[in-house]
Amino acid sequence: MTRGSTDFTHENLLRELTPQVLGAVIHRFGDFGAAEDAVQEALLAAALQWPKDGLPDNPRGWLIQVAARRLTDHLRSESARRRRETEAAGPLSDYSVGSIFGTMGSASELDDTLVLMFMCCHPLLTSSSAVALTLRAVGGLTTAEIARAFLVPESTMAQRISRAKQTIRTSGVPFSMPTRNERAERLTAVLHVLYLIFNEGYTSSFGTSLQRTELSSEAIRLGRALHQLLPHEAEVAGLLALMLLTDARRPARTGPDGELIPLDKQDRSLWDQRAIEEGVALISVTLAKGAIGPYQLQAAIAAVHDEAKTSEQTDWPQILALYGLLMRMSENPMVALNHAIAAGMVHGPRAGLALLNALDEDERLAGHYRIAAVRAHLLERAGDRDAAVAHYLAAAQRTTSIPERDYLLTQAARLVNSQSPTPNSQDDR
Amino acid sequence: MKFMLMMNAPSGNGDWGISKWAPEELKAHITFMKTFTGGLAASGELVGAEGLAMPAQAKLVRAGKDRRPITDGVFPESKEFLAGYWIVDVDSPERAYQIAAEASAAPGKGGAPLNMPIEVRQVMSAPPVEV
Repeated sequence: MTRGSTDFTHENLLRELTPQVLGAVIHRFGDFGAAEDAVQEALLAAALQWPKDGLPDNPRGWLIQVAARRLTDHLRSESARRRRETEAAGPLSDYSVGSIFGTMGSASELDDTLVLMFMCCHPLLTSSSAVALTLRAVGGLTTAEIARAFLVPESTMAQRISRAKQTIRTSGVPFSMPTRNERAERLTAVLHVLYLIFNEGYTSSFGTSLQRTELSSEAIRLGRALHQLLPHEAEVAGLLALMLLTDARRPARTGPDGELIPLDKQDRSLWDQRAIEEGVALISVTLAKGAIGPYQLQAAIAAVHDEAKTSEQTDWPQILALYGLLMRMSENPMVALNHAIAAGMVHGPRAGLALLNALDEDERLAGHYRIAAVRAHLLERAGDRDAAVAHYLAAAQRTTSIPERDYLLTQAARLVNSQSPTPNSQDDR
Repeated sequence: MKFMLMMNAPSGNGDWGISKWAPEELKAHITFMKTFTGGLAASGELVGAEGLAMPAQAKLVRAGKDRRPITDGVFPESKEFLAGYWIVDVDSPERAYQIAAEASAAPGKGGAPLNMPIEVRQVMSAPPVEV
């Protein structure tokens, strides 16, 4: 992370304070877009000054004051400019400096953070805009940092964020909690955005991807904040547990050259035991409460994997049962695909293949590389080498991830070059 | 997801006979391209764009035995050539197709849309899923 010469603790403090400060400034000035810009300027000023002058007694107050001053200056020059332009010296309707300090919000700072999350993840925004805006306004990342993480030019990311703010402004989304009726849908949108951020970062830590792993950490940090704000929302806890339990395997997921290492070949001693313990504890407590949802079930599945000392000790019957439950809750065909994998592990590859054949009818999966990759794997286990090679290659043609393509091509090459035909095993699970 | 949009121009005099356009037709085309690319920048979707020099000087290069370049060309007979490309970062393939169709309709002779072929290819940038 680069924000001037800020040291690590300052950086963390600034990022934690970002949503609170922004919330306070929005309450004063009402204008989300302008407030967001002013808070970014204040963060930058802090990053430059604090390491030099030491931490102020009240960092939060300092930031609010600087942001408010910047915003006031901006509004003053804006109103002066308008006055010159229109030559009508009448009072300005929306940017009247006199009214700026009129309203102070009464909602708590914590609520502000939550409202900000709801706002930045509004369903009106495209998912890429919501992701960018959340990282900046709630996460406190700079535009340059976000641009680097998504491998796009800074100007592109700046435009995307500015567009998103404009969409919010013109749509008139109020800076307040969603109504009771909207709440479930809006929370789902927030969780989806956090999960997108997490997945974007959950990639190889090789070469240019290095920056991207920080996105996973950021998603977990925001997930923790959301869980603190809404401790009784089971799906929030479920998502946090899922991210912790998945991220725990990251050190084992790629080899020295960035190549993918599948779950059953990973060096489990590299898994982050602390993250696993935290995730398992969280999902266990949450599941016991009753209101089961898809994120919790996925976390439970991740926990079963993480708790197996070796790949052979994996409790596949339990995973199969959990996918069975998940299929009843989720329309996502990927869930059905994973269910087929689990069935293949419990009842043998032919059972898995039979389930895959049924999935061929699903248009949403048609031509998707994952179905070819899973079929290749099951065919290999069933001893049908030629068909397995063909499906590994078909999957490699269709994936849009480079490490994944390399993995699939390597699997095909391995099978082609294996000397004797694979024995026709009855059950090789 | 990122896509590369490649503008493939036919070779020979098949560069839509651009040398025979009236100056104002050429100007309209250039203005269109500038506005179009500017619009992609303003929407926060543009990752990069370049126009390539005409193929008159294009060379094919291979390494020789001493690893020095052996150049081959020019290729006036080749069927088509890459005239330029855009890389965009969008939310769906459909959006990439829509952008490509806009580029395809760039104005040519008499202001009529060229309907040129734009090859759309996804850039390998997706995070891998658990295997």
